[in-house]
Amino acid sequence: MSEQSRKTESEIIEEFGYFDEWLDKYEYLIELGKSLPAMDEGAKTDDRLIKGCQSRVWLDYRYEDGKLYFTADSDAIITKGIISLLIKVCSGETPEDLAGYDFGFIGKIGLKDNLSPTRANGLVSMIARIREIAIEAVSGKIGDCRAKAEEEK
Amino acid sequence: MFNVNDIRACFPALSGKVYGKPLVYFDNAATSQRPRTVLEAADRLSVVSNANIHRAVHRMADDATQAYEAAREAVRDFIGADSTGEIVFTSGATAAMNLAAFSFCERFVSEGDVIVVSAVEHHSNIVPWQLAAGRKGASLRVIPVNDDGTLDLVDLDRLLDGPVRIVAVAQISNVLGIRNPVEKIVRAAHERSIPVLVDGAQGIVHEKTDVKKLGCDFYAFSGHKIYAATGTGILYGRRELLEEMPPYMGGGEMVGRVTFGKTTYAPLPLKFEAGTPNFIGQATFVPALEFAGKMFAPDAVEHTDNLASYMYDRLVSHPGIKLFGECREGRIPLFSFTVDGVHHEDLALVLDKMGIAVRSGQLCAEPLMDRFGVTGMVRASLLPYNTVEEIDYFMDSLDRAIKMLK
Repeated sequence: MSEQSRKTESEIIEEFGYFDEWLDKYEYLIELGKSLPAMDEGAKTDDRLIKGCQSRVWLDYRYEDGKLYFTADSDAIITKGIISLLIKVCSGETPEDLAGYDFGFIGKIGLKDNLSPTRANGLVSMIARIREIAIEAVSGKIGDCRAKAEEEK
Repeated sequence: MFNVNDIRACFPALSGKVYGKPLVYFDNAATSQRPRTVLEAADRLSVVSNANIHRAVHRMADDATQAYEAAREAVRDFIGADSTGEIVFTSGATAAMNLAAFSFCERFVSEGDVIVVSAVEHHSNIVPWQLAAGRKGASLRVIPVNDDGTLDLVDLDRLLDGPVRIVAVAQISNVLGIRNPVEKIVRAAHERSIPVLVDGAQGIVHEKTDVKKLGCDFYAFSGHKIYAATGTGILYGRRELLEEMPPYMGGGEMVGRVTFGKTTYAPLPLKFEAGTPNFIGQATFVPALEFAGKMFAPDAVEHTDNLASYMYDRLVSHPGIKLFGECREGRIPLFSFTVDGVHHEDLALVLDKMGIAVRSGQLCAEPLMDRFGVTGMVRASLLPYNTVEEIDYFMDSLDRAIKMLK
């Protein structure tokens, strides 16, 4: 992972370290969820919908200059807060780095319980989808839009 | 005299804490907590009677068999069945309904036939019938539900017309908490000689049920919702029907004589109990039903009815809350609702951090969610061991959660 992502990770871990109470952590996640810009209604299509979540989660990506960038939305605020963390860390990374990334910071901020596959908010499904996109980009199944534009020129 | 604190003292789980806060357990429709008598029975049997039942001649196995069969008799007595031959142990209500749907439809349903269910059923009383219908080339017909949560029986005669082979309906909806007019449906079905399966998963806990009075032909319920160990359940079936139905699974002690040419089956109910059953779990029906029976004493019922009406009033008078199943009559303390502008999952996650256990989502009843046009609901379900103080804390916490989330 890049220097930038490592920094973002430690910032997140530090911020969550301030909370002793679970409820405060969730209050913070709610704030994050509220501040994540909404996706265009038109972009909330079924092919962007992540399966396995009690709430609906849409994840979109852009592959440009060898790096992946993500946007996402959810109809539930806490889920939105959790994805906003994922996006912050993962956006701007190379698919190679992302495909092997362990998302260890989730455990460090005490959200690891939410990683259990049975938990309703589908954090596992979100991470699996990000990995899937990264692997598809590595294998060339998803094309780099900038490289493609250059070629067309 | 009913004293809720004395009752709570019998349940070690209820004095527990989550996230450092006292547990408020309002997810009883999914699983009830267990009284000490049940926990101790399971522990004791695991030590003194852990031997496979119905087989060996040694003392420990005999004790285990006796404990298992004593539970069958306790269940028979509790639901007023004629004989223990009509009480089949299963791993839960879902397994009971799968057994009934498979074996009944194998024998009695053929191509072009119809199976009737209601719009308020949970998946366990829909999918087994769909599977059977698929195998047999039959189809499903659905009794609709009114906006207030009551079943719409206006067209019942028409729905029961034609090659209807069975009706499967819940005694009490696991989403709406409303008692269905089962007797009326049974009468109408029986006039046409159609048997009826009643899903008693919620009903058995909240209503002193007598299968003979109810008049049903099958009755299914779980043990873990009525204070017994998990992995336990019952299918009651009328003897004449069970005798006619083929086994669901093969193996173990469900046989009469086995040769490679032909196998005959054991008499009821063992015909339907293939393999080693959860004999220790099932044996906990004895202390569990003893406790459940006490909860039908008039002063206990008064307490539970009071919980239901108090919580109903608080929820319906709350401006931001939409309660599903507004019918007040025949209500158990089980409430499913949505909050304007707040996602059900968010509410459940925040309430959890306040120490409150509720369910959220489709509540295993997706067709009913579609009927009411929602993606999910929050459900709070109470038992006699819950208190008015817990309801007050729940309502305050709900307000706080809504404020945080809006």
